[in-house]
Amino acid sequence: MAESKDSIIEVVDLTKYYENLLAVDHISFEVKKGEVFGFLGPNGAGKTTTIRMLTGLSRPTSGRASILGFDINQHRVEIKHHIGVVPEISNLYDELSALDNLLFMARLYGVPRDQRSERAEELLKIFGLEDRKDSLFGTFSRGMKRALTIAAGLIHKPEILFLDEPTVGLDVVAARSLRNLISNLHQQGITIFLTTHYLEEADLLCDRVAILVKGQIIKIDSPQALKALAQEESVIEFSFRKEASAFLDNLAAKLREARVVAVNHNTVRIYGGVAASIYTQVCKFAEESHLEILAVNTIRPSLEDAFIKITGLSPTVMAMEKGAK
Amino acid sequence: MRRDNWRGIYWIAWKDMKTYYLKPPAISWGIIFPVTWILAFYLRNPQSFRELIPGLIAMTILFSTTAAEAVVINFELRLGSLERLLLAPVSLPSILFGKVVGGAIFGLLMAMVVTAGCVLFLGVRPDLLYLILVGLPSLLAFSSLGALLCVMVREVFEAQTLLNIPRFIMIFLCGVVYPVSAMPRGLQYVAHLMPLTYTVDGLQHSFSAGAGAIIFLDALVLLGFFIIFIFPAVHILSRKFQ
Repeated sequence: MAESKDSIIEVVDLTKYYENLLAVDHISFEVKKGEVFGFLGPNGAGKTTTIRMLTGLSRPTSGRASILGFDINQHRVEIKHHIGVVPEISNLYDELSALDNLLFMARLYGVPRDQRSERAEELLKIFGLEDRKDSLFGTFSRGMKRALTIAAGLIHKPEILFLDEPTVGLDVVAARSLRNLISNLHQQGITIFLTTHYLEEADLLCDRVAILVKGQIIKIDSPQALKALAQEESVIEFSFRKEASAFLDNLAAKLREARVVAVNHNTVRIYGGVAASIYTQVCKFAEESHLEILAVNTIRPSLEDAFIKITGLSPTVMAMEKGAK
Repeated sequence: MRRDNWRGIYWIAWKDMKTYYLKPPAISWGIIFPVTWILAFYLRNPQSFRELIPGLIAMTILFSTTAAEAVVINFELRLGSLERLLLAPVSLPSILFGKVVGGAIFGLLMAMVVTAGCVLFLGVRPDLLYLILVGLPSLLAFSSLGALLCVMVREVFEAQTLLNIPRFIMIFLCGVVYPVSAMPRGLQYVAHLMPLTYTVDGLQHSFSAGAGAIIFLDALVLLGFFIIFIFPAVHILSRKFQ
């Protein structure tokens, strides 16, 4: 694999066996400085195993990887100075306050004494926890625990932040707030490596996504490029005031080059054909049949469509494997 | 890197003291149990209690250090907080040593309280230097024994149950309540394979006049036990994170 100069993480043929179980199967990729790189895949795909190997919690069976030029097997401690890690479980100390947790992490990472408090207070403010700085971590909500765990990962100003399933178990509001925080970190120039089950999260946050299934990387590209792969034909959606079942067969007979499918009681999607021609024909049909068109939308494939096309996996199976959300 | 590790050891021990010393398992097995035993022996026969003081201090060190290890290691193994430490720029042996130091300090505090009580209320006068010479390697040896057994299991209650096996065997075989020299020869050999025997012996010499080189030998053997326990503990813990 060619390694480019601006790569901050380089992984070549990384493999991990747990006894006879192949968890990660000869994966290779690189992460560029300043990008948000996502590992997307169902549970058991090898996402967390990869993050554990890169962050020094687990040793690869074979292959090699380097972070900022440091080999992950030979320079574990040096690497840890430059990376922040937010594990899937918010595992700070219930018995310590938010401030004490951050100060402990600052001490562990060797943040100079005169900068510890200032840095901790700054992070508490950024993450909206300054009012709860003296509250015990154990009393926090899931969202607050997640936020403080991310803050702890940033206490030593790392160049790279690893986030393992950052929004798992959070309610919709907390997850959205956390995604905004992650976007802000990205804007500050921090390279972010995240794993996620959530297609929407990968689409919103990532510059590039690696789709991982059964320990193998199936595809790496930007969400836009991945979605483009799923765009085989034009899809136009029309909403009418009248119930679609009353005219569906007549409309389908007019549009022989396309497929007409009822999406709900008054909406139809038209797959295939030339978009401009379809639009003209449907408008004409509506006029002749005295149908009022309420809305017209061009449907673009989602990352979910791309995921299904690329992996052949059902997104519902993936959703079933997720934690509560 | 060495500086990272020393800093890690110091702050991990500090955090464990702040976080875990008042956890119920540490209080029940590390404070209440030894205190109850000491009171039971005192109330049973106050006249001959002085002879038992070294053994009971040794028992206090054994129970308090091992009880603290079960808390500082198994709470974190269960909650995943130990992984949090492993993400920091500190080596795994240093993290475990930090835990051993945290347990040893808990044992030191308990041993100091018991010893101070005996000095104040019973008028015994131990040799402080000898006490330290035997006490410190004992604290490290038993704390590392606790660490070794605790990294083998996940839950605190499993650790306390496992720890009770060597604890009670040592209480009865190592001269805490019954002199090793009065035991059958076979049991004397077994007793000399256990670290508590050397702690009791060293402490007895600290409380009696004329202690000599034997105390240094006890201290060296106890340091040997510390090394024997800490290496496999590091190995087992590192296997958990492969």
